[in-house]
Amino acid sequence: MADFEIPELKEYPVIPTIQEGVMAHSKPFVAKEEFQQALGFPGKLVDNWQQVAIDKMGELSGKYRSLAVFLDSCVKCGACTDKCHYYLGTSDPKNMPVARQDLYRKVYRRYYTFAGKYFPKLVGATDLTKEVLDDWYSYFHQCSQCRRCSVFCPYGIDTAEISMAAREVMDCIGVGQKYCNEIIAKVYKIGNNLGLPEPALADTLEGLEEDIEDDTGVKVRLPLDEKGAEVLLVTPSADFFAEPHVDGLMGYAKVFHESGISWTLSSHASEAANFGMFIGSYENMRKVSLRIREAALDLGVKRIIFGECGHAWRVAYSFLNTLAGPFDFLDPKYPVPQHIMEFTYDLIQRQAITLDKSANDDMVLTFHDSCNVARASRMGPMPGGQFILPREVIKASCNHFYDMPQDTIHDATFCCGGGGGLLTDDLMEIRVKGALPRMEALKHVVENYGVTHMAAICAICKSQFTKVLPYYGFKMDSIVSVHQLVSNAIVLGNKQ
Amino acid sequence: MPFWTIVYALLFYVATAILIGGLGYRIRLYAKTPAPLKIPTTPAPVTMQGVVLRMFREVAFFESLFRSNKWIWIFGYLFHFGMFLVLARHLRYFTNPVWTWVDLIQPFGMYAAFAMVAGLAGLWARRVLVDRVRYISALSDHLMLALLMGIALTGMSMDYISHTDIVSLKAFFLGLMYFSWQPIPEDPLLLVHLGLVATLMIIFPVSKLLHAPGVFFSPTRNQVDNPREQRHLAPWAAELEK
Repeated sequence: MADFEIPELKEYPVIPTIQEGVMAHSKPFVAKEEFQQALGFPGKLVDNWQQVAIDKMGELSGKYRSLAVFLDSCVKCGACTDKCHYYLGTSDPKNMPVARQDLYRKVYRRYYTFAGKYFPKLVGATDLTKEVLDDWYSYFHQCSQCRRCSVFCPYGIDTAEISMAAREVMDCIGVGQKYCNEIIAKVYKIGNNLGLPEPALADTLEGLEEDIEDDTGVKVRLPLDEKGAEVLLVTPSADFFAEPHVDGLMGYAKVFHESGISWTLSSHASEAANFGMFIGSYENMRKVSLRIREAALDLGVKRIIFGECGHAWRVAYSFLNTLAGPFDFLDPKYPVPQHIMEFTYDLIQRQAITLDKSANDDMVLTFHDSCNVARASRMGPMPGGQFILPREVIKASCNHFYDMPQDTIHDATFCCGGGGGLLTDDLMEIRVKGALPRMEALKHVVENYGVTHMAAICAICKSQFTKVLPYYGFKMDSIVSVHQLVSNAIVLGNKQ
Repeated sequence: MPFWTIVYALLFYVATAILIGGLGYRIRLYAKTPAPLKIPTTPAPVTMQGVVLRMFREVAFFESLFRSNKWIWIFGYLFHFGMFLVLARHLRYFTNPVWTWVDLIQPFGMYAAFAMVAGLAGLWARRVLVDRVRYISALSDHLMLALLMGIALTGMSMDYISHTDIVSLKAFFLGLMYFSWQPIPEDPLLLVHLGLVATLMIIFPVSKLLHAPGVFFSPTRNQVDNPREQRHLAPWAAELEK
């Protein structure tokens, strides 16, 4: 099945002893010239790349307080060393958060600190050589920017910030990652990560409407580009065709149908994902975000709601107002943006939709907190709402729900292994190995509570699990969308 | 004026200037550098009061570290709060008359020195014995522990083995503060102790000791979780909108 060793699922999680260099070979494909240029980066490695990179590092430290503080503050206490799923799954010490940061920090120290300039050996500072760049390319693409290390760091140092900076530096010298950069270029050209043009999208949505009607006998619409709708729904493009994502999309449609609130998708902003974040590029992240603003203005909507996607919700919740605001043209009664979970939860609270839990009686469920939702955003008015709302929606839709062990959920959740721009086949080994801690936690509830399915609220998590579950002996369709459960349980035609 | 008095007087003026100037420069830099995006690790407080409370728990109890690793927390806490008490105890050399609360904590300060050494020893042991921590340790990480350990042990030796003339010592430091130099007791243990302390003060602003001011500027810990309610825009990001 694989040309690498699949980690064994242990009864209790074990912190591995370090094995140097075992993942040094893991490198994603490099972005082609045309995609680099579409993002405003040089097409290939520039001649004076060292100087360009060093200058860029200085520029970034001056633009991001996070970087300036994090690079200085680490005391090498070791608290983060056993917190990264990629370290736990691979044993490669450079996958320990502090060691990953040090790949960047040692170069920063060499050129930007007194100690590193005059006593490099003493503080472990090194020149930016080709070998160091190779290490960067390899190990900064073994970080899913999940922020688990940041939760446990006594200074809140977030390796995601450092890996974003490193990717930005690499992009600026012409060494970008194919998967991320190609996708961003596709968004610019067509409007979504998948490169699904408007006619194909319209066709897909029509097909889904027919499916729902065949299935339920009710005509539920999935409108596209309808001016004057109340709500603009922005959802990851994977929702349009991938399994189990599409079942979630049908769930949103049914919820909107029952709520009686008019809504529309947009072909211009047919993507919630924003890979600009993964490559640490404020400019590209902003450019992708502005499409949503443009679509909202063009369609004259009053509210913006996001579908199930982890990093997209981080960019939406935490950054959208910054990147593409102010949204003073929308209805001030509602937060901008809202998550579909907030919308559905509110309807459930108000008993404005009816759910028949028994429709999901064939499943025993658990819930995977997606990292960007858990540690970088919120739902509802109270801190921690991002843990409560999805669970409440699940519990309202099914009879059997069990959480995974405490140290693997909420803000201590383990990444699926495919986030942060790693969801590509050329990184299959690190994806499978990085999923180990989540798989161990899943095994625990499967064996103790008979859990059959795991629900998730992130397009990347869903795709990643579909792919890696079989490596660990689980069925690929045991991952479901939260709104798929809602879709199964919702009683249509009840409220008119 | 005796030779060692001149050397140590100048040393402490220089060390103090570097410590204050260097830290001031660094803190100004952190404060001036914009945080363009809202990146608190959530769940995060939704009000400024909440953030102050979160920061207090972080600094006073090492909350995140407690969740993270109990061994590092115990050793780190013993060391930091031992050192805190020891430093407070040392205020008696710089105040005349000695403040009442400084007087009151004198006996605790003596035990605190043991806590400090125990904490340092524990942290150092982890650095050597745990393969992951050994891997991430540079020479400077060991030297920093050696320096702190040296300061603690020479200080304790003057309490338990060979006393120094603390009355003259106090006169020396008060003299430095009021620019009326008094001779320093020329006791080797004391001179080593003070030499190490001055070294620590000098390297503070160029070393990982910057974690002390750094924690207060950490955006993942000091930001309010309110991005939907308030638009957050850095000056350089605002330029992009023009």
